Amino acid sequence: MYSILTPLVDCYPKGLNPQHSGRCFFLSCSLQGSPRSVPPVRYIGKVLRRNRIRPKMGMEKEPQKPQQVSYTVEQLVAVNPYNPDILPDLENYVNEQVASQTYSLDANLCLLRLYQFEPERLSTQIVARILVKVWLACLNWPTLLFNVFQLCFEQMEQPFKTLIVLSHYLETGGFRQFWDEAAKSRHIVEAVPGFEQAIQAYAVHVLSLTYQKVPRSVLAEAINIEGLALDKFLEQQVVNYGWVLEMGQGGGQIIALPKTEFNHPELKKNSGDAVPLDHITRIFPILS
Amino acid sequence: MAANYEYEEASGHYDDQAAALRQQEVGYDPNFVPDSVKSFVVHLYRHIREKNVYEIHQMYETSFQTLSERLFKDTPWPSVDAVAHYVDNDHVFCLLYREMWFRHLYARLSPTLKQRIDSWDNYCSLFQVVLHGVVNMQLPNQWLWDMVDEFVYQFQSFCQYRAKMKNKTEQEIALLRQFDQAWNVYGVLNFLQALVEKSAIIQILEQEKQGLEQFTATDGYDYSGGSNVLKVLGYFSMIGLLRVHCLLGDYHTGLKCLQPIDISQQGVYTSVIGSHIATIYHYGFASLMLRRYVDGIREFNKILLYIYKTKQYHQKSPQYEQILKKNEQMYALLAICLSFCPQMKLVDEAVNAQLREKYGEKMGKLQRYDDEGYGDKLSRRQRYADEAFGIYDELFSYACPKFITPSAPSFDEPLVNYNQDAYRLQLKLFLSEVRQQELLVGARTFLKVYSTISLGKLANYLDVDESTLRMTLMTYKHKTHAVDSDGKIISNADVDFYIDDDMIRVVNSKPVKRYGDFFLRQIVKLEGVINDVDRIKVESAN
Repeated sequence: MYSILTPLVDCYPKGLNPQHSGRCFFLSCSLQGSPRSVPPVRYIGKVLRRNRIRPKMGMEKEPQKPQQVSYTVEQLVAVNPYNPDILPDLENYVNEQVASQTYSLDANLCLLRLYQFEPERLSTQIVARILVKVWLACLNWPTLLFNVFQLCFEQMEQPFKTLIVLSHYLETGGFRQFWDEAAKSRHIVEAVPGFEQAIQAYAVHVLSLTYQKVPRSVLAEAINIEGLALDKFLEQQVVNYGWVLEMGQGGGQIIALPKTEFNHPELKKNSGDAVPLDHITRIFPILS
Repeated sequence: MAANYEYEEASGHYDDQAAALRQQEVGYDPNFVPDSVKSFVVHLYRHIREKNVYEIHQMYETSFQTLSERLFKDTPWPSVDAVAHYVDNDHVFCLLYREMWFRHLYARLSPTLKQRIDSWDNYCSLFQVVLHGVVNMQLPNQWLWDMVDEFVYQFQSFCQYRAKMKNKTEQEIALLRQFDQAWNVYGVLNFLQALVEKSAIIQILEQEKQGLEQFTATDGYDYSGGSNVLKVLGYFSMIGLLRVHCLLGDYHTGLKCLQPIDISQQGVYTSVIGSHIATIYHYGFASLMLRRYVDGIREFNKILLYIYKTKQYHQKSPQYEQILKKNEQMYALLAICLSFCPQMKLVDEAVNAQLREKYGEKMGKLQRYDDEGYGDKLSRRQRYADEAFGIYDELFSYACPKFITPSAPSFDEPLVNYNQDAYRLQLKLFLSEVRQQELLVGARTFLKVYSTISLGKLANYLDVDESTLRMTLMTYKHKTHAVDSDGKIISNADVDFYIDDDMIRVVNSKPVKRYGDFFLRQIVKLEGVINDVDRIKVESAN
């Protein structure tokens, strides 16, 4: 009567399903023999690895080829991110990022996720380094802050408490308070090279959004540079980024920041009346 | 279909022994198979074998619900062993039946720990069959979505259950220790990921854009004799991953998992109302937490308009209550987004009217800064700020997903309930953002009124010193210039300004009339009318 599908006999190894006799009309080829009681995590990990490039686990063995090593860690994260075995590789990778002043969002997020799943393996030191690293690279990007803060909020010990406070100052434009606090916690910020420059770049970015012309004192406070060092910094900016130094009304120096659409609204492209192409495609059938 | 999302579940619900007792009391005999059930299984089996997707859908959606209502209001369905011999002991059908069995259990009763573990086992078997066998069935998208949705829901439910350690018996703790792989977070994520990868759904969607594949056009069904199960499960698993990552608080990864699906267009995700709502709800929530308010507002607006227009058609469906609940939650989220980023022009009229009706008063309070009232100015402002804080708390708690703690508890430490921890943490993060935005309410109020104002004068009005004002203005700029998904900076400010030494110049932006879109719409409409008129002429000529 039902001749549409040819029945398949015996698609399972005997151990799989003792209750039902193994006949199945809905499969047209046999299973690869997976006992049901094996925890799926390791099994699927095996399956995935079988079909993918086998990742190099020995990062310590190849110190002279850092490029190749970080490539394989990235691959790990892309292919098999939900795997507790890659945690040591990711931790090493963080240290490498700090040393080489590079940054990888996906790898760090993956590591933080693994810490969330297994808090007993959390290394305070590593998380502190990630926090500073991440925060520097993503000052405009609140995404990672949440992930990192999740782990830290509950722990009120140092260095997390300080980092949270510092971050709050940066988010609310409190640069003076920020530099004061950072000065008190030099050991935290000095753990990551490139810290000062990154914060200064961020400060300049926020100032550029807000000001067309900023008084010298405000700028000095924001980037924590004064006197001759500030003059030198300003010279560099004039040459490289088109800053202009003027004299203000009160006699102090005024710096005119480069014109962007954010501090010069007339530069904003008026896209109000432009009609995107895909809207016009709606009337192509009518026009033809 | 996931049953209830109430945050404060009655503690009696999760008492294992009470649940088991209730099931016995009502006189449940797992081996008794009423005739209607027998004919249900036989027919369903036949339809699945013959790939009659429409009939399968009818039976799944309507008959199953009717029988549940009539015969199994508070008992489970007959056990799978009792019905197996009516369907030739077919292994895969039995897995599907068990999946429905457990879903019914979760919806109507409360599962015991053993049943939760058995359900996990069943899902493992089912997914392994799909992943490693070549399946020959075509199932309706509704069923496939429900599978993924229920899988994630049961995971969430298990984490909540496991986190309530206080009243656990020795027996339960022993079982938890023994079956520590059940509903393990790695397992759940890896299954979803495996479905996505094995089905190659991302490549299929890519190729579809270039016209090399047909997937969305056929709603995921395969008309050339193959099976839609793996592909569509892979597709829905992307949404499942988004949901799990939102529950864990990792919004960035969640949105990344959803990226292959283009939510600005119709797709397979819109073919099932449950999946459409789940996708947009989680996308919108993730956008809100990542401060991409414009994205959130736009998507919430679209879905709320859609629900408003179509909800009458779903009144008979078993998911109606869920739809309404999500509708309310999304209005709350939209209210929050609009308070942070007042861009009313992004919101449709109908949606706006509903929003004002539900949350108009609350939204007004959120933006209130300096109305006339009793008390001196500063204490009044403080009072308004505190009130606003309370409203944000209330809205967030009502509308957020039920966050989970993914790690297993340490069974050796004293037993406490920690099921609320994840929620409290997310709330804390959200409220810290609210605190930072509090400063901006005052600034916004004044900037709307002035076109030029000196820093000194504004500082005076706000009762702060100049340096605090500078900080506030920089915060405003920083918060309103978010980085969108492409990495560009876009401004979502309603009132924009720039500072020239010590003068604030507010940008006068006139709302631009959009003629292009208006004309396009009218052209299409006219064409439709002309076509209709043409048709009338032809009919009358006959």
